[in-house]
Amino acid sequence: MLELQNVSFQVDTEGQDKEIIRDISLSIPDDKLVVITGPNGGGKSTLARLIAGIEKPTSGKILFNGEDITDMSITERAKKGIGFAFQQPVKFKGIQVFDLIRLATGKNISIANACNYLSEVGLCARDYINREVNSSLSGGELKRIEIATVLAKASKLSVFDEPEAGIDLWSFQNLIEVFQRMRKNIKDSSILIISHQERILNIADEIIVIRDGNVVKRGTRDEVLPELMGTTSAVPACKTIEKVMGGEKDA
Amino acid sequence: MLKLDEIQKRLLKEVADLHKVPEGAYNIRSNGTSAGRVSTENIEITPREDGQGLTIRIKPGTKNESVHIPVVMTQTGLKEVVYNDFYIGEDADVTIVAGCGIDNCGSQDSEHDGIHRFYVGKNAHIRYVEKHYGSGTGSGKRILNPGTEVYQEEGSSVEMEMVQIKGVDDTNRSTTAELAAGAKLVVRERLMTHGDQKAYSTYVVNLNGEGASADVVSRSVARDDSYQKFDAKLVGNAACSGHTECDSIIMDSGKILAVPALEANDLDAALVHEAAIGKIAGDQIIKLMTLGLTEAEAEEQIINGFLK
Repeated sequence: MLELQNVSFQVDTEGQDKEIIRDISLSIPDDKLVVITGPNGGGKSTLARLIAGIEKPTSGKILFNGEDITDMSITERAKKGIGFAFQQPVKFKGIQVFDLIRLATGKNISIANACNYLSEVGLCARDYINREVNSSLSGGELKRIEIATVLAKASKLSVFDEPEAGIDLWSFQNLIEVFQRMRKNIKDSSILIISHQERILNIADEIIVIRDGNVVKRGTRDEVLPELMGTTSAVPACKTIEKVMGGEKDA
Repeated sequence: MLKLDEIQKRLLKEVADLHKVPEGAYNIRSNGTSAGRVSTENIEITPREDGQGLTIRIKPGTKNESVHIPVVMTQTGLKEVVYNDFYIGEDADVTIVAGCGIDNCGSQDSEHDGIHRFYVGKNAHIRYVEKHYGSGTGSGKRILNPGTEVYQEEGSSVEMEMVQIKGVDDTNRSTTAELAAGAKLVVRERLMTHGDQKAYSTYVVNLNGEGASADVVSRSVARDDSYQKFDAKLVGNAACSGHTECDSIIMDSGKILAVPALEANDLDAALVHEAAIGKIAGDQIIKLMTLGLTEAEAEEQIINGFLK
């Protein structure tokens, strides 16, 4: 269980403090798949990075299974059981796919074992296990390898920052299946996904909507999703368009 | 016949991956003298008349054989210049493993300057591996100045792998190559310097014949207060292609000067160079830390991968 208590995060842009996260309190319970969504620039990715320890909050506390991890490093949090999949996977020179997966498991695993994680994300393991994690791989391939490293780490809390970004339509179905499988074996762990995708929202147990650094909505999928898809944003937007188009026609 | 102490055996393992007497032709030079030499039916190793080096003749058509000529030095204050000449017959396909390990526990400098000349016959292919390694806690420096000259006849190909990862205080490496039509040269250099070590590496590759090609790639890491200079020049004198790349990581107060140079003397010479120097990317360290590695462990993995 992860808890954020009154977490704020400010950055200094051109001499002015800008508040990216404003006094957010929320919890990610065990055995749940939670999706955070909301408009671009609303602070979702920052929140994920605060949880992984890549950024430190300006104020507030982060607790993981009751322990205060606010001042812990990325490494310490990783060892406590937090996994993080980057929105933009990191490229290396010389480090091979097998190396990354081996490091993620923290064990001297066999190539066959490592291959299982690649198959899991829909990559033909044999073709990829010895590839370098560099620009010779496509964005979608890098993304799937990134997800495989998080699977291999087998964390208590796995955080995915926009896993759909850079993944093509064909791979997307596979990605949903990956999360569904993770959801099935979730016992005593939790999954947090930052996403805009309706199909990812559709497999969530809970949805949190973040806008302008605030939590504007939180609830079960059935409570939040219809509102997100229908009334609050899409319908008024359609109405506005209709009005404008209609107006033009009249003129 | 082969009498080597533990330190010498360790050096041999570092520079030539040899745990015991190698198969095929070999010569092991230890503290200035030959500690063992074996020729085979197709590969003849003979000492030069002045005693300072070897002549190695590989018969035309020799396939899948190897030559090991490692050098180990454990005596402080020893300085030697050795000339080894390789004559590789037409259509031969062989692996040549050289390398030098110095263990200097004394206060005087130990220096090995190995000059290797390769005369590669038509359509012959060689893979040449050269590793350098230094150890020992003495104040005397461990100095290695390898000189490599390659003369490639038509259609021949040479792959060179040069590795110097640890413990050599000063190195000044010079590599020159002359390529005839259709000849191909591939160089992979890996270098890491520590402390106040200095390493200079200079390449001059002359692409003289139509269809000749060269690919010279150096990856290096400069740590602490060390200094490196990489100077690679490709000269296109015919319709040829050449690529040189220097990719370096600097750490601590390490300094690197990369001077890639291209000279085209023929309208159809296609030459490219790339050079990049920078510290380890922060997001690479962060990614590995999210997998549970400490910052230092992450750096080590990144460097290991980079130099692999």
